[in-house]
Amino acid sequence: MTDITDHDLAPADAPRERRKPRRRIEKVLRHLFGITISAIFLAPLAWALLASLKPTTEARQPPIPPWPTTGFSTDSYEVLGTVGSGLWTHAMNSVIVSVATVALSIVVSFFAGYGFSRFSFPFKNLLFVLIISTIMIPFQSILTPLFLLLSKIGLQNSLFGLILIYTTLQLPFSVFMMRNAFDGIPKELEEAARVDGAGVFTVLIRVMAPLVLPGLVTVAIFAFLAAWNEFLAALVLMTDQDNYTLPILIAAVRSGNFGAVDWGAVQAGVTVMMVPCLILFITLQRYYLRGLTAGAVK
Amino acid sequence: MSITEHTAEAAAIAGPDRTRSGRRKQRRRALAGFLFVSPAVLLVVVFFLIPLCSAAWMSLHRWPLMGEARFIGFDNYVRMWGDTRFWDAMQFTIYYTIVVTIAIFAVAFPLALFVQQPNRANSFYRTAIFLPVVVGFGSAALLWVWLMNVDTGLFSPAAVALGITEEPVNLLASFNGVFWSVIIMVVWKTAGLTMVILMTGLQGVPGDILEAARIDGASPAQRFRRITLPLMRRTIALALTLSVAGSMLAFDQFYLISSGGPRNSTLTAVYWIFTQSFVSFRLGYGSALSIVLLIILVIISTIQLRLLRDPRDTK
Repeated sequence: MTDITDHDLAPADAPRERRKPRRRIEKVLRHLFGITISAIFLAPLAWALLASLKPTTEARQPPIPPWPTTGFSTDSYEVLGTVGSGLWTHAMNSVIVSVATVALSIVVSFFAGYGFSRFSFPFKNLLFVLIISTIMIPFQSILTPLFLLLSKIGLQNSLFGLILIYTTLQLPFSVFMMRNAFDGIPKELEEAARVDGAGVFTVLIRVMAPLVLPGLVTVAIFAFLAAWNEFLAALVLMTDQDNYTLPILIAAVRSGNFGAVDWGAVQAGVTVMMVPCLILFITLQRYYLRGLTAGAVK
Repeated sequence: MSITEHTAEAAAIAGPDRTRSGRRKQRRRALAGFLFVSPAVLLVVVFFLIPLCSAAWMSLHRWPLMGEARFIGFDNYVRMWGDTRFWDAMQFTIYYTIVVTIAIFAVAFPLALFVQQPNRANSFYRTAIFLPVVVGFGSAALLWVWLMNVDTGLFSPAAVALGITEEPVNLLASFNGVFWSVIIMVVWKTAGLTMVILMTGLQGVPGDILEAARIDGASPAQRFRRITLPLMRRTIALALTLSVAGSMLAFDQFYLISSGGPRNSTLTAVYWIFTQSFVSFRLGYGSALSIVLLIILVIISTIQLRLLRDPRDTK
């Protein structure tokens, strides 16, 4: 399995009529392998989704077969709806934190990208390196002082504090992304607009924003996924049950904080956490992969 | 990077201007640029730089959650030498990092080669393999710990049903059960990411060189070893860096799956810091541990980036 380019599949000097059947077998084997691998990677996701739709009695059995045999039911979701401060509250916490992180990341990195790309000012490179180099520092190692800092400014145990931290953690990626996006746009466009008498902000919003939109979408996706899935900071900083985000809530369900562990409810929670990420990725795949390769091709 | 003829004109307009009004304009532009980047700089300073400095400062104190902090110099660092639990956790983290990184590459590299050609079927396979990447570590761990459950999970009952074992296996009860289950989970969850990164490297290998080598009679294995691998060095180094840095900071999966057990055998470095800081509330000692972990990670990243930056080998 080292090499699978098409022209390698058959020796070049093999007679034509011999090559064809071999090609076909190769092809069938390839697809068999591909489908098997895809199934292996998709199976756990499907297993959780199907388990969450089983009636309570069935959810307590081993998930063999994975699909409900006695009809679909929303039992597990009903159980999940009542844990903690209610599923709705925690889901809203997660939505608020993620959406606000996206909005703030977009605004801050849009301006920063423009500033770093188009202006020269003292210490510009130093400031840029300062922002980018924070990617080297694991935030886990500054969690303790962060906890105290937030307590001091009254943002400990508040969703707003979490939003600011998530935005800061995303900055190296988002600022880098946006500076490159602005670098890719010719300066004449701006100058033309400015000559027509448009002000700085009008040019930025009317002319530049649409041009760097792909970059902004990429920034948004990464910010959303990071904020939606983050566990450790939320676990440490959110001490009030009302402020738990989804991952913290489901972890509490799994450790039996709300009575006996209901595995059906845990899988319902996993599904609620998973599905938005999957939908987001499938619909905006192109932008997501662009963000990945931007780092790799540098 | 589009520097065209036009910009010469533009530069003439906006370029270094010797008149007084021109200089004022320049200063105004500098200020504008500075204002544009200031929100980002402010966030990094307040939520990154200040905490980083205060972590160093706190590590020199005995710092309980309640009561006075007391300056104790390097006592925390001295104490660390005797903290066997920390070194055990460090050792476990390094062991886990090595195993998981090898496992991820062993799965992701063949897959990258397999789905490399752009066609319909391959893009479906790529997406399927990549999907677990976008679900969070928390979700993945909570899904996995259910599959690992001895009575109501999947692995143990399935193994019994298939006749692999007679007795149900409680994967959570043994170090190896936890360790290898987590390894499989992390490979499942992150192989797609490494695969995509490696694919970008594969695309950078010029087809005509491979073709020329083929005509010269190099076998597929030789072509891979002598051409593809050397040209992919930077990409491989990048994927390695990501995998190693991520694994060294592992926390979610061990917290959610095994709570560091059985008997603290799966405590990771971050997990131990978390316990010290937010369970025992020894904030000063936790900070000292954080600083040491940070230094270790910066060293690892620097070594790996060196590999990235290196010009091609002259071998």
